[in-house]
Amino acid sequence: MTKPDFHQFDDIPGTTIFTMEKAREGFALNQFCMSLRKAENRERFLADNRAYLDEWDMTEEQKQAVIDRDFQAMLDHGGNVYFLSKIFASEGLSYVQAVSTMTDMNVEQYQAMMLAGGRNVEGWRSKKERGEA
Amino acid sequence: MARITAGVTTSHVPAVGAAVDMGRTEEPYWKPMFEGYEFSKKWMADHTPDVAIIVYNDHASYFGMEIMPTFAMGIADSFAICDEGYGPRPVPVVEGAPELATHLAASLILDDFDMTVLNVLEVDHGLTVPMSLMFGTPDQWPTKVIPLPVNVVMYPQPSGERCLSLGKAIRRAVQQFDEDLDVQIWGTGGMSHQIQGARAGLINLPWDIQFMDDLINQPEVLQYKPHLEYMIEAGSEGVELIMWLIMRGALGDQVDEVYRFNHVPASNTSVGHLILTPKEI
Repeated sequence: MTKPDFHQFDDIPGTTIFTMEKAREGFALNQFCMSLRKAENRERFLADNRAYLDEWDMTEEQKQAVIDRDFQAMLDHGGNVYFLSKIFASEGLSYVQAVSTMTDMNVEQYQAMMLAGGRNVEGWRSKKERGEA
Repeated sequence: MARITAGVTTSHVPAVGAAVDMGRTEEPYWKPMFEGYEFSKKWMADHTPDVAIIVYNDHASYFGMEIMPTFAMGIADSFAICDEGYGPRPVPVVEGAPELATHLAASLILDDFDMTVLNVLEVDHGLTVPMSLMFGTPDQWPTKVIPLPVNVVMYPQPSGERCLSLGKAIRRAVQQFDEDLDVQIWGTGGMSHQIQGARAGLINLPWDIQFMDDLINQPEVLQYKPHLEYMIEAGSEGVELIMWLIMRGALGDQVDEVYRFNHVPASNTSVGHLILTPKEI
């Protein structure tokens, strides 16, 4: 049988793979996100981010990342983008608007890249190839 | 006897659902993509199945992190539409096919596929966007649906080999159901896309097209493609394509290609769509 390797993805540049390990780290963060499926919870969260987050057993880094809308930091601390989408959906933002904040582009530049066919995989396969590892 | 008459694959981009719901399909951004589904809607009107088994993934819409089933099957009478954070999509409730679904879930478990049985399930864009693309905006959906959610969100996802085998087992189980039913199987999600991190926006259309060719012609080879290759070449969310293998397994050895369509981009995603029919029903 295959031994699980949760770190086989570590060489992919600019990418955080949501493994079973990361899912344990991010459990409370992702469950907080799930609570935003309910309209009344969205209202309470948007009215006072900190008060709502303090109801959850999250780390301070996770809470601050949410307050800062720092999606990369949320991924780093175990968040998954489908869960995190509940945060930006509660503010009426699209995936493109939120996802572009994790890149080095602004939303207009990101949309232009997508319209031109998206990000080319060439040069984006390996951190080692890019000199990042 | 029930029989699988066709397979459909399509991406299930949430923004596509939003474009349908807000009446924006004629806008210059969306028009070329929706035009690619005009053939399919006409074909589907002539080939509407009694039941569609829709293989899809939930996007943190119904399943939280408490329980993450690898393979599940909805056997309820009907399935409500999830609120994914923007309010539920204004589409009809999805009607189930509980007798066939119960037969399938039980058959698959006895065939060593340990399905999670869902007596309650709300469905998200992963299931409803393909329905909108194939059926448009009817007051009631014209077919009954058996939802088959797959974990593609958390690694380890099921292997390609397991997905293809599950499809083959579905084919056997459908053929053992006594009622005379026209059944389709849909594999949804993909194609290349990545919606997180500094590499977001990745699209690999040549890889996508090769994947389609292999899916049609040599799925037995395709099943050994490791998750890592999907993640590198098709983006972190491109791994959804393993769900297309379940559809392919259910069509038997040889298929005819009825229709193929590719379009880049829809939101962050490379859209791919196939209609296939089995050579042997």
